[in-house]
Amino acid sequence: MASGDLAGMYQQVILEHSREKHGFGLQPEADASNHQLNPTCGDELTMQLHLDGNVVRSLTWEGAGCSISMASASLLHDLAPGLTVDEMHARIDLFRELMHSKGAGIEDDEPLGDAVVLEGVSKYMARVKCAMLAWVALEADLAQVAA
Amino acid sequence: MSHPAGTTELTTSLTDDEVLLIRRDFPALNQQVNGHELVYLDSGATSQKPFSVLDAERSFYEHDNSAVHRGAHTLAANATELFENARSTVARFVGARENEIIWTSNATEGLNLVAYGFSNASVGRGGADATRFVLKAGDEILTTEGEHHANLVPWQELAARTGATLRYIPVNDDGTLRMDEAERLITDRTRIVTFTHVSNVTGVINPVETLVHLAHAVGAFVVLDACQSAPHRALDLAALDVDFAVFSGHKMLAPTGIGVLYGRAELLDALPPFLTGGSMITTVTMESSGYLPAPQRFEAGTQKVSQAIALAAAVDYLTAIGMDRIERWEAELGARLAEGFASLPGVRVLGPAADVHRAGLASVDVEGVHAHDVGQFLDDRGIAVRVGHHCAQPLHRRFGVTASTRASAYLYNTTSDVDAAVEAMGSVRSFFGVN
Ligand SMILES: Cc1ncc(COP(=O)(O)O)c(C=O)c1O
Repeated sequence: MASGDLAGMYQQVILEHSREKHGFGLQPEADASNHQLNPTCGDELTMQLHLDGNVVRSLTWEGAGCSISMASASLLHDLAPGLTVDEMHARIDLFRELMHSKGAGIEDDEPLGDAVVLEGVSKYMARVKCAMLAWVALEADLAQVAA
Repeated sequence: MSHPAGTTELTTSLTDDEVLLIRRDFPALNQQVNGHELVYLDSGATSQKPFSVLDAERSFYEHDNSAVHRGAHTLAANATELFENARSTVARFVGARENEIIWTSNATEGLNLVAYGFSNASVGRGGADATRFVLKAGDEILTTEGEHHANLVPWQELAARTGATLRYIPVNDDGTLRMDEAERLITDRTRIVTFTHVSNVTGVINPVETLVHLAHAVGAFVVLDACQSAPHRALDLAALDVDFAVFSGHKMLAPTGIGVLYGRAELLDALPPFLTGGSMITTVTMESSGYLPAPQRFEAGTQKVSQAIALAAAVDYLTAIGMDRIERWEAELGARLAEGFASLPGVRVLGPAADVHRAGLASVDVEGVHAHDVGQFLDDRGIAVRVGHHCAQPLHRRFGVTASTRASAYLYNTTSDVDAAVEAMGSVRSFFGVN
C-alpha cells in the first residue's frame, strides 16, 4: 500500500518508460553530446542530439540511475523529434517550470505531451534533479550546436 | 573503559522496553512522517539529539555565554571552565588526556588538519621537531578501498602536494580488508596508514590492533577514522595505540559543528598548525609568531563553545546508558537488519554475510530498483534511510553498484523499527514491477 502522492509520482507509464528506455543506446556520431552527473546520487546520463538542419531528428542516450531519471529521458526521447531548436528550448523551459511547480502543475502543459506524467515528481524537491537530468543534458547539446 | 560501579564484566544488552523509554528523550523521534510514526534508520549519517543535549546548549546561551580563554570577567571564566570540562569529559570517553583532544568542526576537518600538518612540515614549517612529518617522493600513504571520501580525498591532495604516493588496501567481496595485501603494502616506504574503524557502508569492523602493529613495525603513523565507532562502542584510543583519530559530534547525539581530533600529545606538540590566527599563538611580531602547545595550537579563532558543551552532554548521556550495552544492542539490530534483508528475494546485502558480526547497519542493493526509488518508497511509510553512495564511491564500485540503500540503527531504535524496514523492503520490488 502506497500513499496517493507516491503512486502519483510512480505512475505505471513512468515505471514502463524506466524499464523500456526509449532511445537507449549511443550512436557513433551525433551533432552534439553531453554528459551529466548527479553527484549526490551518482546518476549519470549522456544525451546525443541528432539534427536535420534546424529540426531535431532524434535523441539517443545512455545512462544509469533511478526510475525517474530513466523515465524522463525516455519520455524526452519520444517528445523531441520534429521540433525546431527553438521549440525544443521552449519545451525544456516549460518542463523546468513544471518541475518547480511543487505539485501545483502549470497552466498549459499540453506541449509536453506524455512527459506531463512526471508532474508528481515536483512534490518531491529532492527528486526534481533526477527528472531534469536528461533535459539539462539536452539543453547543453543545444547550446553546443548554437555555438 | 572502566565499568560504572555495580556493573559486572558481563554487560547486558538493551531491551525494546528500555529503548522505548530512551526514545522519550528524543523529541525529533516523536513525530509522524507521511502519516506514519517516524522510523529513523539514518543515524549513520547523523543522529537525533536528546533533551539533555539541547538543554545544555540552550543553558549555555542563557547563563554562561561568553568568549573562552579571553577576558577576566565571571562569565568568561564560567564559559572557559565549561568548555575545558567538556574537553575532559570527551577525553575520558575515548581514553585520552585533555591535551590530546582538539575541537574541530567535524571529522572531515580533523583529517584535513592532520594532512595539512604533514603538508606544512613537508615545506619546512615546524622546524626540527616536525621533520618526522616530512613527506617526499618515494614515501607512501596507505588508505583502504573502503573509506568514506573524507578519509581519501585529503590524502590524495597530500600526496599530490608532497610527491608521496597514495596506495590502498583492497577489500574482499565481503567488505573486509585484504589483510594479505595489507601485509604486503606496509613497508619501509609507508609513512601513514589510515583507515576507518567501522565501515559506514558495510558495518565491517576493521582489525585495528593488527594494522597498528604492522604500521608501527615500520615506523608509520596510524590515523583512525572513528566516525562510526566512537558513537557506538566503548573506545580506548590510548590502548588501541593509534597516533591520530577523528570523529564527529553530530553522529553521537551532539549538534553539528563539533568534532574531535585525537592525537598523541607528543605528536600534537610537534605537528605544524593547520589554521592559524588568534588564540593559538604565544608571541606575535610583524615578522613571525610562536605557537602554543596542543590543544590551543590547533584551535585558532573563536571556538565552538556551545557545541563542545553539548557534545559533553551527549557523552554523559551515552555513558549513563553504557557504551557496552549500546554496542551489544546495535549488534543485535545490525544482525536483525542483515538477516531480514538477506531473506528477501532480489535483495543483496553489501558486505559480510548476515550471520557475521557487524555494526548496527546494513546496506543493500535491490535488483532492478535504484536506491533512490527504494528510499522514496520507504520514506512514504515514514522510514528514513540513506540512499546513494554514502560518500564511498570506490567501495560501491568494488561491489559493482553505483548506489545502495542503507539502514543504520542507534540506541533509540527498537526491533520493530528494524522489522518495519525489512517489511517495507520486501514490498519494493513488487511496487516497482520487477520480480
Ligand atoms: C566513516 C566516516 N568517515 C567520515 C565521515 C565524515 O564525517 P563528517 O561529514 O561529519 O566530517 C563520515 C560521515 O559521514 C563517516 O561515516
